[in-house]
Amino acid sequence: MEQVRDRNGGPQRFVIELIVNGDPRTVVVKPNTLLVNVLRDRLNLTGTKKGCELGDCGSCTVLLDGEPVDACLVLAVEADGHEILTVEGVAQNSQLDAVQQAFIDKAATQCGFCTPGMILSAKALLSRNPHPTEQEVREALSGNLCRCTGYTNIVRAVLAAAEGQPEVRGA
Amino acid sequence: MYLPDFDYYVPADVREASAMLARLNGDASVLAGGTDLLPYMKNEVMAPRALVSLKELNELREITYKPGTGVAIGARVTHNGLVRSPELRQRYLSISETAHAMASYQIRNRGTIGGNIVSAVPSADLPPILIALKASVTLESSRGTRTISLENFFTGPRRSVIARDEILTQITIPDEATTGSVYMKFGLRRSGALAVVGAAVSLVATGTRVEQVRIVLGAVAPTPMRALEAERLLTGASVTEALLREAGMVAANECSPISDIRGSQEYRREMVAVFTRRAIRKALEQTAVVKNA
Repeated sequence: MEQVRDRNGGPQRFVIELIVNGDPRTVVVKPNTLLVNVLRDRLNLTGTKKGCELGDCGSCTVLLDGEPVDACLVLAVEADGHEILTVEGVAQNSQLDAVQQAFIDKAATQCGFCTPGMILSAKALLSRNPHPTEQEVREALSGNLCRCTGYTNIVRAVLAAAEGQPEVRGA
Repeated sequence: MYLPDFDYYVPADVREASAMLARLNGDASVLAGGTDLLPYMKNEVMAPRALVSLKELNELREITYKPGTGVAIGARVTHNGLVRSPELRQRYLSISETAHAMASYQIRNRGTIGGNIVSAVPSADLPPILIALKASVTLESSRGTRTISLENFFTGPRRSVIARDEILTQITIPDEATTGSVYMKFGLRRSGALAVVGAAVSLVATGTRVEQVRIVLGAVAPTPMRALEAERLLTGASVTEALLREAGMVAANECSPISDIRGSQEYRREMVAVFTRRAIRKALEQTAVVKNA
């Protein structure tokens, strides 16, 4: 991690590289720059949301080397050299992935604010546990709060994605 | 919310980290997972001039078990690391289960056992079970290394014996016989909750006869505390429901909870009695399983 030399003696700045949704991105940051702000403000990836900003709500959830973390509590400098998946990186070639499609099919989204975090937590769950029980789904998503849906359809969507069920409208 | 400005240093090893902390003379904080430190800074409770990051200290991420000696847990092991560790799940399952009850999956991927200890928050979940299991901690600095019993580490809310230039590097749990150990956490939610009361029990029993017992309470005193009177009551005794009730009441009288947003002092005392009983019962159930295995 290279430090940018400042002849005027200002705050430290570092050049960091993040691999975001498969692409290497280089940014210059200060020590107190948060990962969530790099993603949203520098890279225009505003799918990652800021809710509580203290690690309680999970709306800022991203996958760091495949594992869900709250991006509001990760310094950008700590993420240097690591892989980050945001919700924008979930769909492949404009094709929604199974979890995303299931969220639509099961009406698991109302205002949508928790949805990016929910989808990433769900994807991480299904990577490590392809056939979770309902309890396991609820536990895995317990770091993502939703104020709209009451979670029922979200849980149904994740279970459906796990089953790989094709969805019939109205079923 | 914004973090205040600070300088950021990444030492290559523990010695360098300690030298940096010494040079910064108390105006620096150690950055491990950051899940306690960053919210604290965002809430403007503290604004250290510098953070010393442990991110290059990979030797602190290891867990090693040696028969006869015990298990050494690196301070940078994350809570999910504790949950998943085969060494812990096999021999010290109560630690894995305690870690699993903490915060959220996202936080558990960043927060570390070392951070949970050094933060010295009275409601921290790992200290009670670690103390019940007779854990000790290794503190290293460029001046040398010392190991102290975790029971003697805490001195008050968010205060401990750690020196300004010391890094907590390892937690060691001896390979001692225990027939049952458990941590029961009472929180207002099943996830993402601080403990209102935490009760850890580790015992050696034959059937319902208790030979040795350690009871450690969290969240109901300035630091994690042993319920010594309750322990004395149970040592050498055959446990009955009546004795459990008495032990619970004794433990409730030993602690000194406060009233706060999560519960009143009176309610916490009541819950200490309940959760002490439940924890002892659970540890005895494990004992029965061990016997029948």
